[in-house]
Amino acid sequence: MSQIHEPGKGRGGEAGTASLSRRRFLSAAGIGAGVAAAAPLSAVAARAAAPDPNIVPVPDWTKTLGVGVNNNPYGVPSKFEKDVVRREVEWLTASRESSVSFTPLYALDGVITPNGLCFVRHHGGEAEIDPDKYRFMIHGLVDKPLVFTLDDIKRMPGRVNRAYFLECAANSGMEWRGAQLNGCQFTHGMIHNVFYTGVPLRAFLDAAGVKTSAKWVLAEGADASVMTRSIPLHKALDDCLVAFAMNGEALRPEQGYPVRLVVPGWEGNMWVKWLRRLEVGDQPWAQREETAKYTDLLADGRSRRYTFIMDAKSVVTSPSPQAPLKHKGPNVLSGIAWSGRGTIKRVDVSLDGGRNWTTARIEGPAMPMAMTRFYLDFDWDGRELLVQSRAMDETGYVQPSKAELRKVRGENSIYHNNGIQTWLVHGNGETENVEVG
Amino acid sequence: MWKSAEALAVAIVMAGALAVAALPSHAELAPAAQKGEAGKKAQAKAEKGKAQQAVNAAAPAAAATAVKVAALGRPALAEEIAAWDIDVRPDGQGLPEGKGSVKEGEEVFLEQCAACHGEFGEGAGRWPVLAGGAGTLKSERPEKTIGSFWPDASTAYDYIHRAMPFGNGQSLTADQTYAIVAYLLNLNDVVKDDFVLSKENFAKVKLPNQPNFFDDDRETTEKAFWNANPCMKNCTGEVKVISRARILDVTPDGEQKGNLE
Repeated sequence: MSQIHEPGKGRGGEAGTASLSRRRFLSAAGIGAGVAAAAPLSAVAARAAAPDPNIVPVPDWTKTLGVGVNNNPYGVPSKFEKDVVRREVEWLTASRESSVSFTPLYALDGVITPNGLCFVRHHGGEAEIDPDKYRFMIHGLVDKPLVFTLDDIKRMPGRVNRAYFLECAANSGMEWRGAQLNGCQFTHGMIHNVFYTGVPLRAFLDAAGVKTSAKWVLAEGADASVMTRSIPLHKALDDCLVAFAMNGEALRPEQGYPVRLVVPGWEGNMWVKWLRRLEVGDQPWAQREETAKYTDLLADGRSRRYTFIMDAKSVVTSPSPQAPLKHKGPNVLSGIAWSGRGTIKRVDVSLDGGRNWTTARIEGPAMPMAMTRFYLDFDWDGRELLVQSRAMDETGYVQPSKAELRKVRGENSIYHNNGIQTWLVHGNGETENVEVG
Repeated sequence: MWKSAEALAVAIVMAGALAVAALPSHAELAPAAQKGEAGKKAQAKAEKGKAQQAVNAAAPAAAATAVKVAALGRPALAEEIAAWDIDVRPDGQGLPEGKGSVKEGEEVFLEQCAACHGEFGEGAGRWPVLAGGAGTLKSERPEKTIGSFWPDASTAYDYIHRAMPFGNGQSLTADQTYAIVAYLLNLNDVVKDDFVLSKENFAKVKLPNQPNFFDDDRETTEKAFWNANPCMKNCTGEVKVISRARILDVTPDGEQKGNLE
């Protein structure tokens, strides 16, 4: 029988999470209560008919020596994991240098994204910068315009370590008009979550001495797109970081080596890579990336601008189109949730397309503006499922359905699609991206 | 070994225990100090209702650090700032001396830009369309161009000079950039054929869609998304699949690759 296991006691004072009774599940799934139910699958595995050849005889890897300790001075994943890679959707863009690749969320667990799998978004290709030649300049409405070397940045007092999600504003953008791409890698993979090491941007602004007329800062990259974004001064003074390491090692080149800006909870475009310059001013600069792009066209022809915050969002990563169900009986539904407005407080999961919901188990760290992992243990009887997840953050914001979003915004805003995702799990376990109504 | 007084001084800096008096004057911009406009704004923001970005209590970021202004970095020279400070604002701040006509712009555009953007800014292949699209913003398929969508002409100057031609950025002179912008404004029916764009008359150029941008209002227009008690049981009627990605079949790698085996 398809049944949701009761998770532990409710977290954060949430009401307890009653398991969905079989009768309720059947009626929720639109199946008449009179239908004869299949016998529950036994949780005890069948007896093996013959000895397993992987046990008898002893396998080669148990008999002969493997490679030595430094065969790979920088280790790589097992060859059996070769399909767990970033992927691109070539038809999305006109060139590979101004394009995006996607994180294989379907194959990952926990909350930290491995550095080599973090999605990549460039506008002018990957800049290759000699760290000895790297410079960071602060000027504009300051008392003392300054230039810093990488060594200077690493000598600044007040270094911090913080985990944050970075989500592209266009994540799920191809799904505004309906279900389009089959796999959470493609529908939700413009996101990663790593631990940054860096120095608060505030320290640099303090060193330069911000004038009282200042209200905005312009951050600029050193790559061929010379990426620029205007950022309100209050955010720059609050929690932005000048980061030089991710997950304990130097930033990867594709993530801005040697230095990038970290703008917690805000759209990825503002997290300027290869950071070279910060100008302090009294008004925004109306750069291409905050006028032509990263503005949100509504149905009435008007457009929102400065939609910085990424709202609460979640997705079930397994089952999903690239991670179908392979077994009846016990299964672990796994997913991620995040919010730019703070900490994820609760994630609800539905197996019947949003008619009925069960609160999932948040497992591991739930930090502000960081990716959060949730699980739902359930028994699957082979019935068709319509899987959804719905995140709630500490401000009480609840992830909306796509229909609710379209009602406010229409279908042409491109960015900030945080609508609830539906996966249809077929009787054979195959899973596809659908929308329900 | 450090002398104990030195060790103590280092320890104090690291512990962030210096008196507030040691803060530089601009620190009054900090929300905690509640002085200056930015401070007031930040304070007001912090006091707004629950539908506000939460203060990152678990990670107090800069507040606990940088109590002593680090004596790191060196003064930036005027020539260095000039080399990197290339941005242009809507009010014209940052525009260099120079000028360019629609006619001159057409010549440069055909030579340097048309291969990707088309002779009339209509776009080639999947490269961006730069002209046309007037009146399409409410349609099912909006055509967002400089003329139909962009709010400020300054963005065209800034971006072309900054990053175009694609792959050969910062190769255009000020006059060439003025000319290309003049040509693009002409293609978008913003200026006449004999127009000459310059630093002096730049601020007079107004793009039609300027008034149609407004600041993020999600906390007002999407207030309904804040809901302490979302529905848990019997929330909808019968659920039907209304859209399927498989029908479109545009996912890379088909069904074989990228699946967990």
